[in-house]
Amino acid sequence: MPILETDSLTRTYGELIAVNALTFSIEAGEVFGLLGPNGAGKTTTIKMLTTLLPPTSGKAFVRGFDVARQSASVRRVIGYVPQMISADGTLTGYENLIIFAKLYDLPRSEREDRVRSALAFMGLADAEDKLVREYSGGMIRRLEIAQSMLHRPPLLFLDEPTVGLDPNARRTVWEHIEQLRKDYGITILLTTHLMEEADNLCNRVAIMHLGNIVASGTPEQLKAGIGGNGSTLDDVFIHYTGNKLESGGSFRETTRARRTARRLG
Amino acid sequence: MRLREQGVPLAGLDRTAVLPGSRNPFAVVAQFIDKTLVISELEVRKLRHDPTELLTRAVQPALWLLVFGQVFSKIRAIPTGQMSYIDFMAPGILAQSVLFSAIFYGIAIIWERDLGIVHKFLVSPTPRPALVLGKALSAGVRGLVQAGIIYVLALFLGVKINWNPLALLGVVIIVILGASVFSTFSLIIACLVKTRERFMGIGQVLTMPLFFASNAIYPLVLMPTWLKVIAIFNPLTYEVDALRTLMLAGGLSTFGLRLDFIVLTMVTIVFVAIGSRLYPRVVV
Repeated sequence: MPILETDSLTRTYGELIAVNALTFSIEAGEVFGLLGPNGAGKTTTIKMLTTLLPPTSGKAFVRGFDVARQSASVRRVIGYVPQMISADGTLTGYENLIIFAKLYDLPRSEREDRVRSALAFMGLADAEDKLVREYSGGMIRRLEIAQSMLHRPPLLFLDEPTVGLDPNARRTVWEHIEQLRKDYGITILLTTHLMEEADNLCNRVAIMHLGNIVASGTPEQLKAGIGGNGSTLDDVFIHYTGNKLESGGSFRETTRARRTARRLG
Repeated sequence: MRLREQGVPLAGLDRTAVLPGSRNPFAVVAQFIDKTLVISELEVRKLRHDPTELLTRAVQPALWLLVFGQVFSKIRAIPTGQMSYIDFMAPGILAQSVLFSAIFYGIAIIWERDLGIVHKFLVSPTPRPALVLGKALSAGVRGLVQAGIIYVLALFLGVKINWNPLALLGVVIIVILGASVFSTFSLIIACLVKTRERFMGIGQVLTMPLFFASNAIYPLVLMPTWLKVIAIFNPLTYEVDALRTLMLAGGLSTFGLRLDFIVLTMVTIVFVAIGSRLYPRVVV
């Protein structure tokens, strides 16, 4: 049984169809990438799958739980790292995690151990008592991933996990995501508009354009599908969406992305 | 139908992660209180790291008491019966400082939404009312620090304070309730207007009328009827009334402590109920 399954999942805002009858599924253990430019509907999709946004129509199931009707059960089996910076800068790394350990009902006797091992896993043991506003961008992202996996969710959502990071920090985050999958067998759904990221991390990708999935498969299949030897995912992307990644995106999304980038500095 | 199959726990998976919420009503209430306290613990930890904000927030009430209070005591412009004006005013300024710090809680909600912090709380299995009430309690914690500062100022100005431990406990409860009412009110507005700019505009427009259409710095009997009617519907009036009864030696209540307490509690409950319906919408 797939760990995540959607059936004609749709979200509209007035006239605008942000996500149009999306049907796809993810098997346990996969790293699945949703690719697309800003405004393609990736974040709206993630918001529906994480119970933040009720679908206009259609259904989605996480481990068999309906995201609209059984949201409380869905919330216990997912982890989520939003696109924006969601760690609290005025608290230490340790405090950011211990609060969520409590919110997720980890048994009192295990909380400390679980928090410390999550910090160590993400390479943050030395920084646990520093205020998060003193962290670098890559450290903040790693902290947020540590926070989202405290309750060992079988399914993790990462919305643009490396947006605004420099190449070194990006590579470190990739290594940790890869390690997470290996050590814990966590299934991951990530969104990105970096083809290199998708190529590096994902077993399977789906390309979104204007609210629709226009192509999906393994990165190799997609590259082979457009025929050229030496095609890259970038070529695949241009082939299906007719434009480069940079184009698109509303004013609001662009300002948000810039603000995130600035905060990650 | 395949889509409808129930989730089966994977072998080796952490059981605690997949335990569904308990149906036992006592366990539900205990959970709710526990989660509420975790949310306010967050605030206490923040304040411990950066207490300077509390001091800057104490400047305004200090000015009111020292300048406005002193001057109006001298000229005896406002008749307050047996009570000296500075005595009369001190509980009003306590309520005011709680109001002013609580009413800007909404801006913090919008800020946390912009950062993505709200998203993460909403994706966690925390009950929505616990998230909102936890925020309200956080405002209460700030209010208590304000209360401490105002007690020190009042002592310095010779206000006749009631040191009876039960009266002090009463002040603690009323301050927490007052902060809960106005911080949750602020959260409701934030969830409706959703942007910082609009919130700032509305925040300014609301705060002053709330303050002046109350018995904080003059008695109700001095008001024209229309203003008195507004004041009667203003929760701040009941907060001030309760504080005036409890804080001062020989303080007298206009409405009775019981009514004050009931009004503040009911308004808190109604606002938390509305707030927890609206809070998830702030991320939409």
